[in-house]
Amino acid sequence: MRPAPAIALTGISKRFGPVAANRDVSLSVAAGSIHGIVGENGAGKSTLMSILYGFYEADAGEIRIAGAPRRIRSPADAIAAGIGMVHQHFMLVETLSVVENVVLGAEGGAFLKGGIGKARTALARLSRDYGLAIDPDAIVGELSVGLQQRVEILKALYRGAEILILDEPTAVLTPAEADQLFALLRALKAQGKTVILITHKLREIMEVTDRVSVMRRGEMVSHVATAETSPPALAEAMVGRRVLLRVEKGPHERGAPVLEAVGLSCRDGRGTETLKDVNLTLHEGEIVGIAGVAGNGQSELLEVLAGLIQPSRGVIRLGGQILAAADRHPARLRERGLMHIPEDRQRSGLVTAFSAAENAILGYQHDPAFGSGPLLSPARIEAHAREAFAAYDVRPPDPALKTAKFSGGNQQKIVLAREIERGPKVLLVGQPTRGVDIGAIEFIHRRLVALRDQGVAILLVSVELEEVMALSDRIIALCGGRITGERAAEQADERDLGLLMAGVADEAA
Amino acid sequence: MSAVPVDLPRWADIALVPLVSVAAALLVAGLVVVGIGENPLEATALLLRGALGSAEGIGFTLYYATNFIFTGLAVAVAFHAGLFNIGGEGQATVAGIAMAIACLALPALPGFLAVPIAILGAAAGGALWAFIPGWLQAKRGSHVVITTIMLNFVAATLIVYLLREIIGKPGSMQPETPDFPAGAILTPMHQLLAPFGFTLPATPLNSAFFLALMALFAVWLLIWRTRLGYAIRTVGANPRAAAYAGISPAAVTMIAMAISGALAGGLAVNEALGVQHRLVLDFTAGYGFVGIAVALMGRGHPAGVGLAALLFGVLYQGGAELSFDKPAITRDMVVVIGGVLVLFAGALDGLFRRVIATVLRIGRGAA
Repeated sequence: MRPAPAIALTGISKRFGPVAANRDVSLSVAAGSIHGIVGENGAGKSTLMSILYGFYEADAGEIRIAGAPRRIRSPADAIAAGIGMVHQHFMLVETLSVVENVVLGAEGGAFLKGGIGKARTALARLSRDYGLAIDPDAIVGELSVGLQQRVEILKALYRGAEILILDEPTAVLTPAEADQLFALLRALKAQGKTVILITHKLREIMEVTDRVSVMRRGEMVSHVATAETSPPALAEAMVGRRVLLRVEKGPHERGAPVLEAVGLSCRDGRGTETLKDVNLTLHEGEIVGIAGVAGNGQSELLEVLAGLIQPSRGVIRLGGQILAAADRHPARLRERGLMHIPEDRQRSGLVTAFSAAENAILGYQHDPAFGSGPLLSPARIEAHAREAFAAYDVRPPDPALKTAKFSGGNQQKIVLAREIERGPKVLLVGQPTRGVDIGAIEFIHRRLVALRDQGVAILLVSVELEEVMALSDRIIALCGGRITGERAAEQADERDLGLLMAGVADEAA
Repeated sequence: MSAVPVDLPRWADIALVPLVSVAAALLVAGLVVVGIGENPLEATALLLRGALGSAEGIGFTLYYATNFIFTGLAVAVAFHAGLFNIGGEGQATVAGIAMAIACLALPALPGFLAVPIAILGAAAGGALWAFIPGWLQAKRGSHVVITTIMLNFVAATLIVYLLREIIGKPGSMQPETPDFPAGAILTPMHQLLAPFGFTLPATPLNSAFFLALMALFAVWLLIWRTRLGYAIRTVGANPRAAAYAGISPAAVTMIAMAISGALAGGLAVNEALGVQHRLVLDFTAGYGFVGIAVALMGRGHPAGVGLAALLFGVLYQGGAELSFDKPAITRDMVVVIGGVLVLFAGALDGLFRRVIATVLRIGRGAA
């Protein structure tokens, strides 16, 4: 007889008001395997995992852990059942050390000393077993993101997790860190642990999982062995139709220069130069991509051009005119046709506590179309949102719904609709597809290319080098706040750009 | 890590949760009453009868509620901008000073001019006193919680000095101004309604009550229906997104504080212009601080603030009657009940939300 699956879910359903987040979902995960769950944002993956981890209780359905039925009503129940979870946003106390974070919530008594000592021994053993090298006394806030994620995994293992759920673990990792994570997951599997990997990156599914389940609109649509499927087949199952994984883009007609930066420098609060003497020209009808490892001045470049921070030196010209200090203000720049899709939609681009309709006017709250005089008209704001959400396929198309309840991809569409619909001359785009599912990525990419074909000048910043290369007509590499080189898209290759991003300056520059 | 937010239907969020909180608070308060050897049911009956059982009681209750509406709204408006204005006392004090100076400087004006000028004077005084911490927060990063409470003390000292040395009643030992000119007072409710055939007992309730109701509506309009209110809520919910949207968090901070202070000035209007007809020392009597509780209980929404103000009005008036009938239950007991209410309605309401969510789910499942 085959051993019972590590996890068997049958008929799980969960509704949030009128929305069925999970509909009769069944899932069986074999013990000692790596099981991938893919699906678009809002497909119900996170809800399903939240049910398994006890954040929500299912309206209907059964959970069996290693063959035995279990009621999981809180994360404490889940931990007791041997389930550990690594969240996309880490649940760590940055000012505490690794070992202190590991014992957090499992201190084992009123006094720390015994618990810490035990944890230290256990950590050493876990590190040895899984090749998880980490200094137990390092302060978590000083660790790299990849190492912080290890602390999260160690925390789960320390609590005796046999089943580990990872929610979009690579969203915050560099490619090298992601490879290390996969090696670790394989080591866990070799030790008999069960891993559930939630992601929408198909490459990762293909690389590391044994089986994969696909969710779409709250339902499980397929379970297959990874070896028997392919990225296009998975993408089709996720979206429910054939999708293009490549960007289709014709040759571009470059027009007149619209946005120019000359000798632009910026300093942060501590006086460190974050941008150094940047010269940049953006023409009508082109997409200029910025390639760079995160934290090399891309964010500052976007912010200074959008008027959110002031340059310490240099000038910016918009439509041929030098921008005075008073003009370098988000509201003034919007009036002049410079729109901005910020890198972090939840922190800057949206007020997640507001309704979707209210967010659809953020930055345009003074537009006379949305009211009269000092008053705003809720009816007009809602009608506007309804129209925009239909045009941009925002799901659910409910303007009254709180923005926090939309998936990442749909939140991004709200931002995109807002910034594009007014016909920008210049569009600054930061991380357009971070945390966004395949269907929405395709949609966003097509919109950006269409805008460029209409003659909009687009500056694109993305941590996904692939995305920069696929969309851009020209690529500029930034390293340490300085431009280290420029390539026409057709001449660019990953190795060459990688060198420029690492600061190996171009002779030509 | 915060607890998972509990989603409730809107009606439960607005009505059921506060009701359960109040009921639980009354239960605990009842236990305290039992503890001092009195019958809680009898005490509750006395309290309610005192507050709502007679025209006179209702008059007093609404008069207290008027004060709480103004100070509650003051806290609520600042709250929406992410600011915790606990300087209602000081702002009302300075509002009273400004109003008194306006009234005494313009003695010969008819009522239809003197009253609006006096009210505007109060609003301006309160706004100024709140603008200072707003400015300090916006430009210097000094936290409003610290600066507003410090300015309470400054205002308390300022009014003593002014009443003694500058605007005090000549020849009087009392720290008070001369009576305001006859035109510069608000009509008491019993006089206001007499021409319509209502004969009401004389209570401190005056036309400032209508001003308070207008303020409730105006604040609702401001916060949810104006561009400025949108900016205020954006700054309160996400200052980074506000900056991105071209809204200046610094400007909104100062404006929201000034509006908040102007609303606190309503306390001076009700007390000095409506009841005392002169400015006396300590007329704020802690109403400014109770406003914090009112705003918390009302969840920052004018409708909630109105209801919470009424509840505290009942407690104040009913409590006064109660302590009169039952000497064992002193006014301090009423303060205890108020405190328990705030505790349950503000701090502990998450507790009930969870229980209510479970009960509702079971109810739905069974249906």
